[in-house]
Amino acid sequence: MKTIINTKKILENREAVLIGLILFFMVVMTIAMPRFIKPSNLANILKDSSLLIMVACGQFLVILTGGIDLSVGSNIAFSGMAASLINMNNPELSPWVTLLIGIAIGLSLGMINGSLVAFGKVPAIIATLGTMSVFRGFTFVISKGQWVTAHEMTDSFMNLPHGNFLGVPNLIWFAVVVSALFFYFMRYTRSGREIYAIGGNRSAAVLVGVNEKKVEFLIFSVSGLVSGLAGVLWAARYAAAVNEMATGFELQTVAACVLGGVSVAGGSGTVAGVILGALFMGLLNNSMTMIRNMAFFQMLLQGLIVITAMAFNVIMERRRETMLLNRRLA
Amino acid sequence: MSHKLVRQDRLIDEYSLTKRLAGLLSSWEFILFLTLIGVFVLFSIISPWFLDYFNLMNASFSFTEKSILALPMIFVILSGDIDISVASIMALSSFAMGNAASKGAGAGTLVLIGMATGLAAGIVNGLLVTKIKIPAIAVTLATLSVFRGISQAILRDNAYTHYPPKFAFFGQGYVGNSVIPFEFVFYLLLAVIMGFILHATTYGRKLFAIGNSASASRFTGINVDRIRFTNFALNGLFAGIAAVLLTSRIGSTRPNIATGWELEAITLVVLGGVSITGGKGNLFGVVIASLLVGYLKFGMALVNLSAKVMVITTGSLLIVAVLIPKILDVINAHRKLRSQRSELKLERKAS
Repeated sequence: MKTIINTKKILENREAVLIGLILFFMVVMTIAMPRFIKPSNLANILKDSSLLIMVACGQFLVILTGGIDLSVGSNIAFSGMAASLINMNNPELSPWVTLLIGIAIGLSLGMINGSLVAFGKVPAIIATLGTMSVFRGFTFVISKGQWVTAHEMTDSFMNLPHGNFLGVPNLIWFAVVVSALFFYFMRYTRSGREIYAIGGNRSAAVLVGVNEKKVEFLIFSVSGLVSGLAGVLWAARYAAAVNEMATGFELQTVAACVLGGVSVAGGSGTVAGVILGALFMGLLNNSMTMIRNMAFFQMLLQGLIVITAMAFNVIMERRRETMLLNRRLA
Repeated sequence: MSHKLVRQDRLIDEYSLTKRLAGLLSSWEFILFLTLIGVFVLFSIISPWFLDYFNLMNASFSFTEKSILALPMIFVILSGDIDISVASIMALSSFAMGNAASKGAGAGTLVLIGMATGLAAGIVNGLLVTKIKIPAIAVTLATLSVFRGISQAILRDNAYTHYPPKFAFFGQGYVGNSVIPFEFVFYLLLAVIMGFILHATTYGRKLFAIGNSASASRFTGINVDRIRFTNFALNGLFAGIAAVLLTSRIGSTRPNIATGWELEAITLVVLGGVSITGGKGNLFGVVIASLLVGYLKFGMALVNLSAKVMVITTGSLLIVAVLIPKILDVINAHRKLRSQRSELKLERKAS
């Protein structure tokens, strides 16, 4: 009897479940193909997950309020393309300035979403479904359909994600800093708690004085900001700004969130869970490219994972609710 | 006493013929219709090839399948849900047909397989939404990747290109010896059937009720989940039909077939005046919106605008179509407030 209660408790702790899943997955992969555990491959997984972690944190805020941001992939493409074009045409400009410009572009795109949702009262799904294709279309317009390739970028620009600091690649540092900021923001600031409040019970939050419009504008702006950051780093990391880049990335960010225990109905979830969810997705993507022909299964598998994780979340939530109800009745 | 009489007079006045006519003329459908005429006039002036009976009929090939997707999407959106997996259902359904055709299935069997696959996929969506109770947007975002993922996992970078000759009729054929495409007539037929269901049956009335308040509908004894389930199943079935027509028209199946069509279908519904939060709208508006967007794109293609510009247009149309009614609401509320205020002032003066 006691063991049953314990497993139930562990299942309820999403972070522990995910760490277990990640370790189990790594053991299986190492047995199946030993080159998986090589330090260089592990570093690759971390680097790949870094981009996902950053954008998933932004998506997390939006999902927390019961919304969704489908435009992150297109935002990455537009900001990445714009930053690469700036770098190509102004090679003398410091890469950090280019990065800042890219972030500013991402932020403005996010603010467009935010204004539509907060002030225009357009549902999040419709606003971002629309801007998803508008941003992607404008990516083609500014690039005139061309790519920006490695030899057109400056070395210092490509060094943004690839350089090292204390022996760790910059890209991972970016992810660490962004995660730390999000962790602090969601836990210790008033705005962070307001986002939870809006997601948990919108009308109650409004009644106690939370500014609904401000929160909605904020979350989409933040989601745009991290997408802009990720866009610049994406282009620099893969040394190519391609018009189609990050297509379908929105699903991966949603997957990271729901895997991390974020409820799609809003109100619950943690930054730590989202980061672990993103790490798991990174692990999965990496191992699928290692197995022959598995890349074709990526789309299918991602979808299945999202459905399973969501169903799991919903069932756990329902169980918790009946437990609370029983306790109240007893 | 006299005060009350004045009020009653005004009430009667509001239902007078002129007022009703004014209401009709300022209705969303009428504005859409005017815009449609505007598009026709504009492109007839710009391009000499636009206003040509044969061209106009042939142009319908390019928007018929998308317009078919929009029909059941009205039901889904009216009842407050959304389905962004329809384009992926088309990919899955087209894949199933291609697979069957490569094993030697005939035209009739292919149509049945295409429709059955779509229906099955729609049922999966419906079950996930109503039984496991995951929000529709999250479910269909995931199945969007699952359905297309299945065809991508098996088809990889190959394509099915061999279909029986008879199968080509559905997407390429004309009615009799005329220049009217078969699929366009079929679309109009489907629109009439769906319009009948929506506006003349209890099922349709229930959709409006659910869209206005799902919980109130539940209390009045409507089986809300069964209707939402049926909506998703219908959406799947129609995606299957659209897949039959598209596959028959282009004669090949790749995993990326119909990518992004969910955006187009939802745009048509929203542009047609269906409220995205549910409970308001009609089918006629969506049909006009389908013609409007279809011929707008045809005209844009005639004057050599790139596909990317059209994608931007579709995305912007979607947002603008949602924004305009919201802005009108705000203006109306403002105007009402002002008239109430001036009325109050008049009353004060009179007393």
